[in-house]
Amino acid sequence: MRDAVRRTIVYAMTALGAVWLARNLYVILLALPDEVAQGAIYRIFFFHLPAWFTCFTAFFAAGVASTLYLIRRSPGYDAFAVAAVEVGVAFTLIGLVTGMVWARIIWGIWWTWDPRLTWAFITLLVYLGYLMLRRAIDEATERAKNSAVLCIFAFTSVVITYKAIDWWRTQHPGPVLSFRTGGGTIDPAMESMLFQNWFALLLVASALVLIRMRQERIEREVDALRRRAHAL
Amino acid sequence: MRFLRQSLTVAAKDLRSELRSKEALNASLAFALVILLLFSFAFDPTAETTREISGGLLWLVFAFAGTLILNRSFARELANDCLDALVASPVPPAAIFLGKALANLVLLVAVELVSLPVFGVFYNVRWTPHFVPLLGVLLLATWGLAVIGTMFSALTVNLRLRELMLPVLVYPMIIPALMAAMQLTTVLLAGEPVWGENWLWVRLLVAFNVIFTALALALVETVLLG
Repeated sequence: MRDAVRRTIVYAMTALGAVWLARNLYVILLALPDEVAQGAIYRIFFFHLPAWFTCFTAFFAAGVASTLYLIRRSPGYDAFAVAAVEVGVAFTLIGLVTGMVWARIIWGIWWTWDPRLTWAFITLLVYLGYLMLRRAIDEATERAKNSAVLCIFAFTSVVITYKAIDWWRTQHPGPVLSFRTGGGTIDPAMESMLFQNWFALLLVASALVLIRMRQERIEREVDALRRRAHAL
Repeated sequence: MRFLRQSLTVAAKDLRSELRSKEALNASLAFALVILLLFSFAFDPTAETTREISGGLLWLVFAFAGTLILNRSFARELANDCLDALVASPVPPAAIFLGKALANLVLLVAVELVSLPVFGVFYNVRWTPHFVPLLGVLLLATWGLAVIGTMFSALTVNLRLRELMLPVLVYPMIIPALMAAMQLTTVLLAGEPVWGENWLWVRLLVAFNVIFTALALALVETVLLG
């Protein structure tokens, strides 16, 4: 019963996310006008920034789940942490690639060693390290405990990435959203579209996290059965 | 007070056992010299441009050679189940961690102080006039390296692949400290002061050390005790 409910929720979230994304694509590509300075390429921004926000959210949630795991020691938190990190890494890649495509058009280069870009890349490496550490530990509780500790350390790089455009004067464009600039730098229609796309991506990400968590739970059950079979 | 004394006892034990076997120290020193040699093939070591990247080079050498020492920090305790005995002793895990980090600091700084003159000679960099501020930068950044390295050494001690995992985890994590140290060292070797515009990097180093020392001291108990 619980499984059926969960499955319905996942399907509903995925369907809603897909419909919303399709509708957003229509608005982004056909309804909104070109940007004055950048032309058509600015549209990638509607995926670039929401992808980063989604990955930051995922890493933040993973950090909270890891902390909760260390306090409560319930395997569910660990499953959530690994699911969120994996989804977060996927969105980090989306953020990096969309940024690179934009940079190729506007700056003429794919990559520059600007603090924001560098730290985004470091964040990717740190969380890949987290996933590698999980692979390297066989024993489940040991794996959950050690990777939870690493996840808390790893979150510092997310904070630095987020604040990098404030701390250093960088080639990466500065903040544009009104909650950081106080308004006036972005057209309200475009800003609302950014947030809408972020929520749509968040829906998709949450569905992925739920699916991945289920996999983790099944894996744990299979492991337990295998151990019992060995004992017999 | 008691906590500090316990930490120092652990540090003294680590240093004593390292000085008797010298396994990590020798390997790390030899490795540092090899990297210094390898760098000389990568570019012209006598050129004026070398001075501009000297801080970066030096810290790459320290970071690479340093992981050899950090790797041994907890792995040394695996033989004869010493780690279990250490954890079972009435010393709190945070004190064990602090002691090990201190021992690593001493060993890392020792390797750095030997590499520094060799670097100066090979690459024609004058470092003696700025030795005191340079030592300050060395100590600050090496403490960051020691804290992160000791913590991750504890995290990876039970892995089959621990020698491979440690660098993968440590390097991305210490980049803020490494970046500040590279910047400050380059500035110092060029004969400029660290205050004024460059003070930001000192603050970054101090903040890095405070944040990660606190995090590590808070979390090491879960890592060691489970």
